[in-house]
Amino acid sequence: MNDTSLSKAIDSQTHSFGQEIIRSQPFWVTIAAIVLCFVLSLTGTTNGEQVFFTPENFSNIALNFSFIGIIAIGMTAVIITAGIDLSVGSVMGLAGIATGLTLSSGYGVEAGIAAGILTALACGLVNGILISYIGLSPFVVTLGMLSICRSLALVVSNNKMFYEFGPDEDLFLSIGGGTHLGVANSLVVMLVLTIFLGFMLNFTAWGRHLYAIGSNESAATMTGVPVKAVKLSAYLFCSLTAGISAVMIVGWMGSVTNALGMTYELRVIASAVIGGADLMGGVGTAYGALIGSILVELIRNGLLMAGVDPYWQGTFVGLFIIFAVALEKIRSRRSG
Amino acid sequence: MSSSSQENQSKPVFLDLRNISKSFGAIEALKGINMQLFAGEVVGLMGDNGAGKSTLIKILSGNYQPTSGEMYFEGHPQQFNRPVDARTHGIEVVYQDLALCDHLTAAHNVFLGREKKRNIGPLKILDNKHMFARAGEIFAMLKSETRPRDKVKQMSGGQRQAVAIARTQLSSPQLVLMDEPTAAISVRQVSEVLGLIKRLQSEGVGVLLISHRMPDIFAVCDRVVVLRRGEKVADKHISQTSQDEVTGLITGAVERA
Repeated sequence: MNDTSLSKAIDSQTHSFGQEIIRSQPFWVTIAAIVLCFVLSLTGTTNGEQVFFTPENFSNIALNFSFIGIIAIGMTAVIITAGIDLSVGSVMGLAGIATGLTLSSGYGVEAGIAAGILTALACGLVNGILISYIGLSPFVVTLGMLSICRSLALVVSNNKMFYEFGPDEDLFLSIGGGTHLGVANSLVVMLVLTIFLGFMLNFTAWGRHLYAIGSNESAATMTGVPVKAVKLSAYLFCSLTAGISAVMIVGWMGSVTNALGMTYELRVIASAVIGGADLMGGVGTAYGALIGSILVELIRNGLLMAGVDPYWQGTFVGLFIIFAVALEKIRSRRSG
Repeated sequence: MSSSSQENQSKPVFLDLRNISKSFGAIEALKGINMQLFAGEVVGLMGDNGAGKSTLIKILSGNYQPTSGEMYFEGHPQQFNRPVDARTHGIEVVYQDLALCDHLTAAHNVFLGREKKRNIGPLKILDNKHMFARAGEIFAMLKSETRPRDKVKQMSGGQRQAVAIARTQLSSPQLVLMDEPTAAISVRQVSEVLGLIKRLQSEGVGVLLISHRMPDIFAVCDRVVVLRRGEKVADKHISQTSQDEVTGLITGAVERA
């Protein structure tokens, strides 16, 4: 018996592309999303007229999920390192206010966008330094940042709404609210970020190091992985996505208040977790963040279209989170 | 100089420790250790808890600096300030907890922190193909059935050891320090790990093996060094001693040998 051919046979049995996919949580979430679409297309009718399965509703879903999904991409990178970022909703609010304030003060669109992005990056830098270099718990640091950013948004905005965006107003609104080849810009950004993170996770040392840190941080340190710098970069990336999402959503809505992004952190974390990111670290994919945020939005939208009282939305999303995590646990136990 | 060292004089001295001491405040963990390691030799380091084994390993791996004494590396005085220094001089460590990441494949664990990359334009991307192939070669050399694409999560204790040992083989080291590699695995896997050590030896790699298990030491080592309360109390060729004598040396029933 040829040894190498035997091991090759075992290898292809256990590591074929199909096998890998079927074992992954995003695969099952994708199935769930397709089934849900099918069910909703049957039930989502008003007076016999299809309301769910329409181009208008689908572009509506795409818009709604993309703002959450953009941040879920950043959140996934953080969760892979066994971290968490609770501050993304507030960072988004503060970044949105910074952009709104800068534009309404008469600065151009570049300055407005830079103000939002840099504000978000500054928050991420503080989070990252406290967590990776000082060694504080991610939960506590980002909980503090959640409170600080929301409060700063109130202070800076003085509880005013910004809706006049200065000399480049049209350009700014078209960035957030416009389309490319019929696809909403925010969705384009979401897809680009998904591909970017997917590439980084699979093909770069940075990606391997994220998984290594989430899997066994002391092992990563001992083998010479630059643990602190990599963790810092994950929090910076997460805040960056919150900043990008803020700029896009303010442009799309045409106004910004200091309540922007309130409780978004919960929907973002829910999306990442449903998409297969493991809060214990070491597991998570870019595609998972995408499909997770689609599924959360489908549940919300479907319930609305089916005429269910919106108060029930949280219950269904919550049940789905628990179901997704339980499913993951059962499957990993069976595979040993 | 002990008789065993004279016997080994045909081999070049790889590492020469001269009067190495290490104190932590008032506690003297090591007291004037003199010891030579020859190229390609497997040496067992034994001693009770607190005898100074781990301290000695940490000095050799660059984690600690000795309080006094000198280290000669291939005849030249050398100081290891960081673990990287030891690594660049051909000394690799297999830590007791193995330092593996469960969610990564065997190959990615082997290359962790030293990933092989290739350039695509301005981008540096992982050369997974090379890493899987090279890890496979090392496992084949170690005669281990570990498969490079398997995740470490699913592996047995012996296979996990193989991954940790394979990691040391990336840079063709001269000396591998192993801290209790057989402490936490089943009896059948112990022989697998001892087999790995023998493979290293046949490749000309020296091993310094810390173990509590007397049979393991006598199965693979050329020489045994016994520490007691920070002092070297024996340094003998394995054929010139017995398990009883070493046990006596460890406990203090035999003063010196």
